[in-house]
Amino acid sequence: MLTRRIIPCFDVDRGRVVKGVSFVELRDAGDPVELARLYDREGADELVFLDITASSDDRATVYDMVAATADQVFIPFTVGGGIRSATDMKVMLELGADKVSINTSAVQNPDLINEGAYRFGSQCIVVAVDARAVPGKPGQWEVFVHGGRTPTGLDAVAWSKDAVARGAGELLVTSMDTDGHLKGYDIAMLRAISEAVTVPVVASGGAGGPQHMVEALTEGKADAVLAASIFHFGTYSIREVKDHLAAAGLPVRPVRAQAEGHA
Amino acid sequence: MDGPVVIIDYGAGNLRSVARAVAKVDSTPVVSADPADIDRAGALILPGVGAAADTMSNLESRGLVDPVREYIAAGRPFLGVCMGLQALLDWSEEGDGQDCLGVVPGEVRHFPKDAGLKIPHMGWNTVDWLYDHPVTEGIASGSYFYFVHSFYPVLDDQSYALGMTEYGVAFPSVLAFENVVATQFHPEKSSDDGLRFYGNFIRWARSEDFPLVHPTFATLAGR
Repeated sequence: MLTRRIIPCFDVDRGRVVKGVSFVELRDAGDPVELARLYDREGADELVFLDITASSDDRATVYDMVAATADQVFIPFTVGGGIRSATDMKVMLELGADKVSINTSAVQNPDLINEGAYRFGSQCIVVAVDARAVPGKPGQWEVFVHGGRTPTGLDAVAWSKDAVARGAGELLVTSMDTDGHLKGYDIAMLRAISEAVTVPVVASGGAGGPQHMVEALTEGKADAVLAASIFHFGTYSIREVKDHLAAAGLPVRPVRAQAEGHA
Repeated sequence: MDGPVVIIDYGAGNLRSVARAVAKVDSTPVVSADPADIDRAGALILPGVGAAADTMSNLESRGLVDPVREYIAAGRPFLGVCMGLQALLDWSEEGDGQDCLGVVPGEVRHFPKDAGLKIPHMGWNTVDWLYDHPVTEGIASGSYFYFVHSFYPVLDDQSYALGMTEYGVAFPSVLAFENVVATQFHPEKSSDDGLRFYGNFIRWARSEDFPLVHPTFATLAGR
């Protein structure tokens, strides 16, 4: 049976993982390759790297990181951030990324989704949708870009459907309302989007524990859940999350017996 | 078989990932679009993601269709991955319909669209072995592998199936006969069991157990 995916996400600045990752056994907690290998051993189903490098002068650092990760990690990984053209996509995919995630650039130039899907296949084009609830209008969410700073006027459900019609193979849906609060995903938004599209939906923003993930995967109808801090800070291991999901009756890929937990 | 592991370079998106996985379990493979390299291969891997029409037109434009067919017909070790599996069948319904290599009788169909399935079939799913094969050595039946695809193979002759997976329909996720193995999943993205699969294939290609003569294949004679 197809399992639900658990996806740790890393913010990467100039080729280094930032936002503090606390693993006692890591010699270098900022090394993306070492972290990726650790999460592979722990049973992560995929990885997402979000490049937040501000300066285009430092672009080569993320290229090196993607190539080094692909050399040593044999689970799928997605790279997002700073991808503005089909050429940018091609570079990332050729370096070894399995998928590229586009967000602001997709809103500014929706044809980029079509072009990416046509040239590289829908399976590697992820459209990231960042959205907020519209005040006073329950059941409506507005798409934001530029890391959640800029409103677009786009309805999140309509934009999700458009992105899929253009060839997106997966949606990474983040609630800007719940992100960072560790109080759970925006279940209503996830459900509205997941029911509106035919491609897999990855839930993002707000995971504080495994029960939030169960809610996203059941009531929210998501196909995968992404989280950052609860894994990086060691609040929960991937094994603990998977055990919890399995106990809730959700199919998960078992973690190998020899995998080590982390502090 | 003597000779290097050769990965066919026709612009497939997962080419480098496959090469990295082979390098991890064996040695650096030859990545080439040169029929002379196919001719000297000890084992040949056809990778692939994306669309069937692109795959076949890229193979044709590089003059690789006949060399690949001849290599397989000569009974030499061959592994197809993802689109490299689908390319082995007679025909795919992808796009406007696409003739494929016709090595395995059957066709490639889209997953049912009205069954409430998310498409592509993306993620880790189980593979159940139908029998023991050198490539399954040390990999339990029911192990998890990583899939990304919207189309799946439908065999005319079920004896070509080595592994089965379920996603809305039960489909053969691993094909095998004599000198050929093919996977719908991506071993290069399937962590330890995926690497083991590549290692098993390469070891088998070089071993005295190659090609496999299995009772299952009796019905395939004459193809």
